[in-house]
Amino acid sequence: MQLKIGARYRSQVCQTEIIVVRPLPGEADLTCGGHRVVDLKESPAAGLSLKEGADTGNALGKRYTDASGTLELLVTKPGQGTLALGGEPLVLKEAKPLPASD
Amino acid sequence: MLLDMAASAYDSRAALGREADGMSYESLRRTVAGGAGVIRASAAGSVAFIGLNGPAFPSLLMASAAAGVPFSPLNYRLPADGLAELLARLDRPLVVVDEAFEHAVGTRDRVMTSGAWLSAAREAPEVPAADVADEDCAVLLFTSGTTGRPKGVVLRHENLVSYVIGTVEFASADLGEAVLVSVPPYHVAAIGSALTNLYAGRRMVYLPNFDPAAWLDIVAREGITGAMVVPTMLARVVDELGETPPEVPTLRSIAYGGARMPATVLERALRLFPAAGFVNAYGLTETSSTIAVLTPEDHREALGSDDPAVRARLTSAGRPVPGIDVEVRGDDGRPVADGDAGELWVRGPQVSGVYEGIGSVLDADGWFPTRDRARVDSAGYLFIEGRADDTIIRGGENVAPAEIEDVLIRHPALRDAAVVGVPDEEWGERIVAAVVPYEGTTADADEIRAFVRARLRGSRTPDDIVIRDSLPYSPTGKLLRREIVAELSSPAAVRTSERM
Repeated sequence: MQLKIGARYRSQVCQTEIIVVRPLPGEADLTCGGHRVVDLKESPAAGLSLKEGADTGNALGKRYTDASGTLELLVTKPGQGTLALGGEPLVLKEAKPLPASD
Repeated sequence: MLLDMAASAYDSRAALGREADGMSYESLRRTVAGGAGVIRASAAGSVAFIGLNGPAFPSLLMASAAAGVPFSPLNYRLPADGLAELLARLDRPLVVVDEAFEHAVGTRDRVMTSGAWLSAAREAPEVPAADVADEDCAVLLFTSGTTGRPKGVVLRHENLVSYVIGTVEFASADLGEAVLVSVPPYHVAAIGSALTNLYAGRRMVYLPNFDPAAWLDIVAREGITGAMVVPTMLARVVDELGETPPEVPTLRSIAYGGARMPATVLERALRLFPAAGFVNAYGLTETSSTIAVLTPEDHREALGSDDPAVRARLTSAGRPVPGIDVEVRGDDGRPVADGDAGELWVRGPQVSGVYEGIGSVLDADGWFPTRDRARVDSAGYLFIEGRADDTIIRGGENVAPAEIEDVLIRHPALRDAAVVGVPDEEWGERIVAAVVPYEGTTADADEIRAFVRARLRGSRTPDDIVIRDSLPYSPTGKLLRREIVAELSSPAAVRTSERM
């Protein structure tokens, strides 16, 4: 799939919903709970379940990034699945919050 | 989406109003879900709000989004014909109006008072949020129109979501944090504050009619931890305090923006609020609020530095927020050399650049012309020198009023100053400074001119100095230069001004 800034996706096997903050160029194999994430408006395929080892979960409002630090996703609804890119789990991104300005 | 995230995480945490009887996140979510149904049932194509800041405002902002229609807070100070003109530009608006302004709206379809809105929204059955497209208009905000007919700025869902996600960490506010909002609902900072503070989990307290004593009182009484003000408000607060720092132990952050801050006001505020971190936020309606911030650390570093370049940053707008690119371009449309002044262009997902009835003014590469004159220093700090339209052209030389105003405000007898260009047969424009002396002091025009000449080039010394009791500002703190120019350009003004 091609990731676009602001695009929203859902997991097929848990409650997870995400929004793309910073996309990767080209094709991205983005999964949650071991299965490809789908467009927010799409229905999950039948018969899928959370894969073993891909069930470490994610946290609401947190940012996740890949090993290169290029991709950035934000969890808008948390779930039990592990977010991963090309099979590699994404890691929690350390946030440097700006001071409140309005 | 943003409110759903907030409501699911905070639940019973106070979202709006006073700690004692405010509205919780869950109750706000409920009001918004019911309110979306109220809007849909009215068959409105948009929602307009004419009123003071208060709980009706954020509930309308979010209920409109949930109903999938644009929201337009209008300036409640406008006369009836001005409001009618703006309402005529909206698609079948549901008009929610404070009782105090009902008379200005007159008889029309789909009008309800703010009180009626809140009770209807609380009681109506909840409806699921509409499916909105990212590029749909979320907020249609009219510019203040200090230079002509108000323009309707289209802020799309994607602009506002980008702004929030780009600049705020979810749930980053500690329990007990509270922000005092003093800007009116029709200011972009009011839209920004409703979204960013709810997302961060910070309680919002509204001060409907700004008054410095009331502001200080609420900060102390409500345990306010952060406040956003426009420069004229901060000037009135420091005047109210004089030399005595207030008892406001909870106040940790003061954000200011919306107009240029006089250095003397900022320095007095820094002394009077030693425990607070100051944040300068620079942004435009068209950029979904803040695009650059000068952080508390930047303020402290500038204050404590002996390096003039670092110290000068106290008057800078700080550095761009994540996702925002800036470029300073010259009159030829090309980027200027490092450090030179020119027009500021910005680009990023939070930048709209789209006007109702006009369309997008972005260039082919997505850059938006701010019409602000600016320069960027070697460390990336942005200095805003005022509106490009305000630049005075005297004898072929470009003069930024801000440069002269910054010097005038340092004169010990002066509390305020505005520099404008007035048509002149010899020079094209001549430089006129309207100055306001402190009460009990007398200002001497010759001496003031000598003061400026000692610090700037001769061509930047005002040709005329006129003395005033006050300068005209809009309620949101913008200096109304047009009014000063109009007054000084009339034949009567020439006779009374001290021409030298």
